[in-house]
Amino acid sequence: MKILVAVKRVVDYNVKVRVKSDGTGVDLANVKMSMNPFDEIAIEAAVRLKEAGLASEVVAVSCGAAACQETLRTALALGADRAILVETAVELQSLAVAKLLKAIVSREQPQLVILGKQAIDDDANQTGQMLAALLGWPQATFASKLNIEPQRAVVTREIDGGLETLQVSLPAVITADLRLNEPRYATLPNIMKAKKKPLDTVTPEALGVDPSPRLTTLKVVEPVKRQGGVKVADVAELVAKLKNEAKVI
Amino acid sequence: MSDYVAPLKDMRFVLNELAGLNEVSALPGYEEATADVVDAIMEEAAKLASDVLAPLNATGDREGARWSDNAVTMPAGFKGAYRQFADNGWGGLDCPVEFGGQGLPKLVAAVVSEMWRSANHAFSLCPLLTRGAIEAIELTGSQEQKETYLPKMISGQWTGTMNLTEPQAGSDLAAVRTRAEPQADGSYRIFGQKIFITYGDHDMAENIIHLVLGRLPDAPEGVKGISLFVVPKFLVNADGSLGGRNDAYCVSIEHKLGIHASPTAVMAYGDHGGAVGYLVGRANEGLKYMFIMMNAARYSVGLEGLGLSERAYQMALAYAKERIQGRAIEGSSASVAIVRHPDVRRMLMLMRSQTEAMRALSYTVAAAIDKALRHPDPAERARQQAFVDLMIPIVKGWLTETGNEITWLGVQVHGGMGYIEETGAAQLLRDARITTIYEGTTGIQANDLIGRKVARDGGATLRAVIVLMREAQQAAAKDAALSELATAFSSSVDALERATAHLLACFASDIRGTSVGAVPFLKLLGIVSGGWLMTRAALAAQAHLAAGEADSFYAAKVASAAFYAAHVLAAAPGLAQIVVGGGASALAIEDDLL
Repeated sequence: MKILVAVKRVVDYNVKVRVKSDGTGVDLANVKMSMNPFDEIAIEAAVRLKEAGLASEVVAVSCGAAACQETLRTALALGADRAILVETAVELQSLAVAKLLKAIVSREQPQLVILGKQAIDDDANQTGQMLAALLGWPQATFASKLNIEPQRAVVTREIDGGLETLQVSLPAVITADLRLNEPRYATLPNIMKAKKKPLDTVTPEALGVDPSPRLTTLKVVEPVKRQGGVKVADVAELVAKLKNEAKVI
Repeated sequence: MSDYVAPLKDMRFVLNELAGLNEVSALPGYEEATADVVDAIMEEAAKLASDVLAPLNATGDREGARWSDNAVTMPAGFKGAYRQFADNGWGGLDCPVEFGGQGLPKLVAAVVSEMWRSANHAFSLCPLLTRGAIEAIELTGSQEQKETYLPKMISGQWTGTMNLTEPQAGSDLAAVRTRAEPQADGSYRIFGQKIFITYGDHDMAENIIHLVLGRLPDAPEGVKGISLFVVPKFLVNADGSLGGRNDAYCVSIEHKLGIHASPTAVMAYGDHGGAVGYLVGRANEGLKYMFIMMNAARYSVGLEGLGLSERAYQMALAYAKERIQGRAIEGSSASVAIVRHPDVRRMLMLMRSQTEAMRALSYTVAAAIDKALRHPDPAERARQQAFVDLMIPIVKGWLTETGNEITWLGVQVHGGMGYIEETGAAQLLRDARITTIYEGTTGIQANDLIGRKVARDGGATLRAVIVLMREAQQAAAKDAALSELATAFSSSVDALERATAHLLACFASDIRGTSVGAVPFLKLLGIVSGGWLMTRAALAAQAHLAAGEADSFYAAKVASAAFYAAHVLAAAPGLAQIVVGGGASALAIEDDLL
């Protein structure tokens, strides 16, 4: 069984994100970038399936600028066998990424596609679902447990009310939630080997996909700064403020 | 307590702009150490340092290594962390490929080692000593010994120790008394006691390979009669499996000022009939072999000074930004964070600028070690080796002395809380204290510097470095923004030349007087070498700024270099004055009047 894992290059989770002064987006100049943490979990899940003898090959895919190669090298160091970069300078939105991944899926014919449930930069939580719809495959999102059985996957997902267990027939799209696993640290020999693993580059044109944005970003602003609190003298004043100022009661 | 975050940006800057990673990766055998691979290595090492090793630093200090029944139990978490460290291949980073290492340059090893030292000094000593033992066996062992020990030591399955010191033989190893009796099968029985054996016993690995200095029955007196033996804790069978327990026991561990998690063992060899040992290399040449490894060991201890300084700076900076106390000295409506107070700022800048200078010097020397080993041109190899030999006592002596100063400042920035163990600042100061002592005290480094490294070649190697210093100074003088720095640096090089001239003129005629000035000379050469690299750093940063790069890192680097010139290099003339005129007064009175 071949597994395809999609990985995204995002602002590192430790970075304090700043909005550009003109409000057009987030300032990415000189900012540390790394692999989306949910995608690390997706890679780990795929590598564990391979180590368990349930998968034959793990292919990592990323879409975006040439710098995404670094993210793919990380995936290779963590245990992916080869990597594909869909290189484009165009700003990619979820639907465009889903279309690009669909094109890669039709080339590679994997039995399973694993993605992070969402990327920590735009928190869209759409790509996996869109990809499943475009492929006409079953989907199991927010996986916190994954068992592969012959011709099907049993996935436990975290939902508001508790845990839900789904059974999907393969091929399928699965998105990884936080508790699916704890990603490993790359070993030094594997970091060295990653450089020698194959990394192919294709363009959206070669895949026959138009990745142009369909949505326009009107404005990006910082969250409202938290105002300092006030002390109230008694309950009566609190109730009055809630009624008259906050207008919540 | 604040967490450790590897200063990857400054590390990259020093690697690429000052130490010359591209030149090192152009050397034969180092082709794989390209900037992108090195970057991936640094990122992953930084994660392990921050997430796995750093959290065990304070707990390891509080709990300490514990001894009972001839065995040491490590603090909670150390065994698991060591397993992860070894399984992820970090112990083999710069070890030979043929025995399972990655064969990466010393330059890359230096960067990664700095992270281990910063994250957890006590932990980092285990791989450090193992690396030293690996090198000894690699350079002097038989093919059979290499095949028996190296793969498992490089993989971290086994660790190593160096057994030199005995109660009567510390700095003077000629006094070593441990005996080795030849056996019919070609092995030896070892009898004796060794002290101060770092990681002499622990529970993190399945075997410990002790390298022990001792004397054969017919050995000549003194330094020419010392041989090196390998003594495994568990004997190794012909098929590589572990055999019986050898007669080599840890009979106690020391109670120390710092590095509590690092077990400092008293080792008893042969109390129960004799420890089985095997001669490494030729008989009576043990001390020579030790000297081959001395450079590497001293270099490694220098990195401890750097690593502890970086952590102390990060801790002090975080506290200074968070601690609100007192109004601003020029007046303010509310209390301010102490980072706003000029004296706190001065201390933080002393910590920052000297840490940067130490990093620049140590990585530059690491790159020179790689070139001395692998450069295709023998003349260039010799030139680089001379530079390394000159700089080793500086890296060991100056980095550890400064590391003590910086961890001391770290406590000071914390005020009263710094004296309380809870903040962690005091631990760094306690841990740093050993670094000016072990692997040769600062006094020993300084004697080596003025005698073997400066006087012996008539100052030729040092003069070649001074030429490089002058080149940097002249380049800086041409940039209006760096003119004050250039002036201060120039005065410090003048002071260095003055002190060097005195040293060369008087070393032979007044050995005792010039030796009084040995440590001041070491510090002088240290701060001026740091000034040389900070000047080069400022020039490189200015080039980026001139190219229109908006990254605030470069402006901060120029500011750091300017501060270093104004505050650290300013001490150079005073140190030179001690070298020139300080000898007689130190020696004036009789011993019994002291």
